[in-house]
Amino acid sequence: MSRRSRLIYSPDYTKYYFHDEHPFNQHRLLLTHDLMTSYGLLSEQDIVPPRPATDEELALVHDPGYIETVRAQGHSETELPQAASYGLGTEDVPCFPRMHEASALIVGGTLQAVDLVMNGEADHAFNPAGGLHHALRARASGFCIYNDCSVAIAYLRKRWKARVLYIDTDAHHGDGVQWSFYDDPDVLTISLHETGKYLFPGTGNVSERGEGSGYGFSVNVPLDAFTEDESFLEVYQTLVPKLARAFKPDVIVTQNGCDAHAYDPLTHLSCSMRIYQEIPRLAHRLAHELCGGRWIAVGGGGYDIWRVVPRAWTLLWSEMTDQCLEDSPLPENWGKRWRDKSKLPLPTHLFDDVQPFPPIPRRGEITQKNRLILERAMMYAPLG
Amino acid sequence: MKKQLITVTPATSIGEALTLIRHNRIRHLPVIEGEKLVGIVSDRDLRDALPSRFSPHEGGNAILTKPVEDIMQRNVITAHPLDFIEDAAKTVYDHKIGALPVVSDGQLRGIVTESDLLYKLIELFGVAGPSSCFEVEVDDRVGMLAEVSQAFQAAGVNVVSVIVYPGKTPGKKKLIFRAQTIDPRTVIELLQAKGYTVPDPIEGRHRS
Repeated sequence: MSRRSRLIYSPDYTKYYFHDEHPFNQHRLLLTHDLMTSYGLLSEQDIVPPRPATDEELALVHDPGYIETVRAQGHSETELPQAASYGLGTEDVPCFPRMHEASALIVGGTLQAVDLVMNGEADHAFNPAGGLHHALRARASGFCIYNDCSVAIAYLRKRWKARVLYIDTDAHHGDGVQWSFYDDPDVLTISLHETGKYLFPGTGNVSERGEGSGYGFSVNVPLDAFTEDESFLEVYQTLVPKLARAFKPDVIVTQNGCDAHAYDPLTHLSCSMRIYQEIPRLAHRLAHELCGGRWIAVGGGGYDIWRVVPRAWTLLWSEMTDQCLEDSPLPENWGKRWRDKSKLPLPTHLFDDVQPFPPIPRRGEITQKNRLILERAMMYAPLG
Repeated sequence: MKKQLITVTPATSIGEALTLIRHNRIRHLPVIEGEKLVGIVSDRDLRDALPSRFSPHEGGNAILTKPVEDIMQRNVITAHPLDFIEDAAKTVYDHKIGALPVVSDGQLRGIVTESDLLYKLIELFGVAGPSSCFEVEVDDRVGMLAEVSQAFQAAGVNVVSVIVYPGKTPGKKKLIFRAQTIDPRTVIELLQAKGYTVPDPIEGRHRS
């Protein structure tokens, strides 16, 4: 068993908590950690607790006035007058006590992952609390306060002078990260997501390719609604290796939002658990082929916290640690512990093959459309 | 409108005008005498003045030294700085032209081009910032927009753009909202509870 991977984890991550009815719920990390443990995939020495990110680190990407406001708001009884102009106190990002501290811990977790990997203490590291890819320089957006992905990449650029490949397979476009490095030819951002015609954030069009010397180094593949495993993986497995080999990164950062699953309540993609085995598998292989193994994975979206997130991120960790899992019934004690707390029946198996989803009627049309978009996405991308 | 203008005078040579258009990647040059607009010359006017690449090029250089005065349009269709954007767009569309010089007090103040108008359209659609899109079909009668908008207020979701499209069926309109939220469920539920049809993406594909 490889001990060259670390999970950055602490139950304190759940302090990033908006309210009981809010769809973004880090409670999912407790479920995930418990599933990994129940599978016997995790030992004490694999886990490293996160550290808080410093203001200086956050300011690599974020506006100092914004950081100040987030901190002050988290210690204020009432909503500050300037909060709204920073996107705080909205339905998506309600204010909560100590929001700065909770958010800075998540960013620090991703920086911890970066340090472990870049110092050579680990080949790979996974911060499941990270992946808050919508946060903008001076604005909270789409459940995200600080953008741990952007801060980590800026940190990789500044401290390690690394060329960074960022792969985002969240169902929502990785807009915050894209805009952070839109003109930087040393950061290649690839985002596969559901088309923004209806879905937040609306950006991520194939024609967004970067600007100035960064032209070509932002790659977007907006997939049609109701895309299924086969077409999703065809696009991912065609695009990513070509671009990765041409770009020759020093390190790979993957954002592993798992809201492309058919169960997810916020999106319209129709994938199964299968893609959450294949996505990290390819990233893992490319990291060894191109970057001496250096791979940092973060979480992201995932709003079916009972049925999707624990299985998806357990699969990621199993891939990262070379402990391959086959489809099988989920560990009994895991189901027992959480069954009564979930409103919906928990899944019985690791994959969705026991009760496969009904095929989408427009499958052929969707597949063709995605192929066309893929072709257009690759048109100006670095292809060696 | 653009206020930084690249202009020529009637005496400017065709060759010089061509260079200006190519270097600045533009398609229209207002022709001025002092501050006064006396004509306009487009990339097509300039190309029409040149011999075809398939005909013998003798005399080509002579053409390049002729003044733009000889080929410029003298009856220029213009706009005023206080005109609305939609009026400018309609003028451009109706006359099938590519740019409108903006004139007041007989002086040239700026220019509005097709691309300026297209960019405004992108802004109006609200595609520039993070948002979700909602499409609602309503009857074409008083108060529908107000009623539908209430769902956004009730859900506490900020709207960034609203477009009212003519519907496909007579007597219907389509309202398109872009709003700042990643979670569209509350708004959709409120609208459906009031009996509105909110087409899902599968039907919505027909719009594109």
